[in-house]
Amino acid sequence: MVIEARGVAKTFRIPTHRVDSFKERATHPFRRIDYREQHALRDVSFDVHQGEFLGIVGRNGSGKSTLLKIMSSIYSADRGRIRVAGRLAPFIELGVGFNAEMTSRDNVVLNGVMMGLGRREAQRRLDAVLDFAGLREFADLKLKNYSSGMMVRLAFAVMVEADADIMLVDEVLAVGDAEFAQKCMDVFQARRRAGRTLVLVTHDMATVESMCDRALLLEAGDLAYVGDPQETALRYYRVNFAREHASPEPSPTGGVWDVNVRPVDAWLENAAGERVENVEQGEPIGLRIVVEARHELAAPVFGIHFVDAQGNIVFGFNRSLADGEGVASGGRVRIGGTVENRLLPGRYFVECYVARSREQGDYAMHRLRLLDFVVYGTPKGKGLVSVDADIEAEVER
Amino acid sequence: MSAPLVEIRGPSALGGGWRRAADLLYLMAVSEFRRSYLGTALGYLWSLARPLLLFAVLLVVFTQAFDLGERVEQYPVLLLFNIVLFGFFQEATVLAVGSIVASEPIVRRTQFPRLVIPLSVVLTALFNLGVNLVVVFGFILVAGVDPRWTWLLLPLILVALVVFTTAVSMIVSALNPRFRDTGIIWSVAVTALFYATPVLYPIELVPGTVGDLLALNPLAPLFELARKWVIDPAAPGPTALLVPALLFVAICVLAVWIFRREAPRIAEEL
Repeated sequence: MVIEARGVAKTFRIPTHRVDSFKERATHPFRRIDYREQHALRDVSFDVHQGEFLGIVGRNGSGKSTLLKIMSSIYSADRGRIRVAGRLAPFIELGVGFNAEMTSRDNVVLNGVMMGLGRREAQRRLDAVLDFAGLREFADLKLKNYSSGMMVRLAFAVMVEADADIMLVDEVLAVGDAEFAQKCMDVFQARRRAGRTLVLVTHDMATVESMCDRALLLEAGDLAYVGDPQETALRYYRVNFAREHASPEPSPTGGVWDVNVRPVDAWLENAAGERVENVEQGEPIGLRIVVEARHELAAPVFGIHFVDAQGNIVFGFNRSLADGEGVASGGRVRIGGTVENRLLPGRYFVECYVARSREQGDYAMHRLRLLDFVVYGTPKGKGLVSVDADIEAEVER
Repeated sequence: MSAPLVEIRGPSALGGGWRRAADLLYLMAVSEFRRSYLGTALGYLWSLARPLLLFAVLLVVFTQAFDLGERVEQYPVLLLFNIVLFGFFQEATVLAVGSIVASEPIVRRTQFPRLVIPLSVVLTALFNLGVNLVVVFGFILVAGVDPRWTWLLLPLILVALVVFTTAVSMIVSALNPRFRDTGIIWSVAVTALFYATPVLYPIELVPGTVGDLLALNPLAPLFELARKWVIDPAAPGPTALLVPALLFVAICVLAVWIFRREAPRIAEEL
């Protein structure tokens, strides 16, 4: 075991009225400072084993960054303890601590020491870092003269060559282009082969599923799940897309809710086939949903609901595959087409469920909220939809 | 390869071990020094220009408007010497106030020993002091002060001055994240301290209660001793020692206490 966390808790006390000067203290000496307590983490315990890749996922504000910062000794935990074996280096952001006024040579050494290397050791690895980044001829250039691409390469090289036993990585992969992301992957795979441990905080479920051995889901500061990355990803989708007040009804078939189908992607298109966030009133809605079956589905039915901001279903429809075709395990289904748009301006959601068969209640995927969009325009009429009505008014004679 | 599990203790003044802190301190101060001296052709002259200009102005005021030139042995070199010594204290503490807030990215995103930040400011100022003292001793010799064995005691004073400066830097830098007006208050306080310390005048020229009070300033004995050992062996030396020494120790203890208390929370206050 290389990381052992037991009952870690962290509460931020956020003053409702921030007193951050001596002046305010002096002018209002008796004002009581009220705090709002925000439980960033509650009683979180987990283990990370040697050579394991652990993903930490959760929505914004779920406490995942706080957990990473406690593990990195940036914040202190209020309760609980974390024990770590070996040298741990955090990468909360690429290039932190780079000084634009210093040469890249000096920066590399300084950063290496920040990552926990000794000064001599950092000096010794200088050439390796510069070679890895391909910046040897720019070693004596001040960092302020570097392009942003060069800076990222240098920062990444420092991180790789720091060669910590445990790496804590926060969304680093999100900054670069595809090529850079690929380079990150290659490096992480090489580290995996070398038996190093990696803890990765991310929003990207594809990364979690492809790279992590286990994953940990945080929900509002609570540890909601630790284990199989795919299961974690599904639960994450459910947390993210689920109706806000959905109560977990037991599945009639006794199976697990949405484990059998997972949403891969969902988006709206305009008439030109471009992805859009919102739709103009009266413009047809291009709807595209891609789901993946985790287990074989004999004769699935895909249900789509358009729901208004109050949760009322405005309309809905079902589709099944042509000729009652089934889906093999791992197969993907595209559900798409154009929907007539009679919706009045306002906020709407698209929800989707998948039934295993025509039988009522045999869900392969419970109803998930996949899209959240706005219909914009000048309101005409009352209610939720506008309809063509051939109605006239005249005075009775 | 199974290293033992070690409990992490969260952020602290020396988080990550003193060895690492010392390495970081050295690297930061050296690069800062190199930047200010090697980066610009006039870097060295610039760092000297400030104390020399201040010296020129004060020398005119205090020898022409007042008659300190006649009443104090070797007044011009004493004034220059004192200005350079106090300049170190002032430069270090004033720059230290905002140092932690200015280092926000590394404090909030890396495992960085908090103490290193104000210490590197003090160390950089110390480099400057060393360079300036070379010039000052040039002036002292030119002014006709004979070298004496007591010059060898100067490092003792410098050590005490550095310790005191470090303590004050720790206090103001640790308070600033919580009280953002620390910098404003300190810039006024340090100016007041400039006049309350025997920089412009020898302490024996201030009569009565005021003189007695000024003698309690922990910096006062340092300046008085420096004057006696380096410039004028006939000077009276410090008049009070016990209270300044106690204050000195109290401020050092306070600095350690405040810094240790604030260090774990600094990242959250930023």
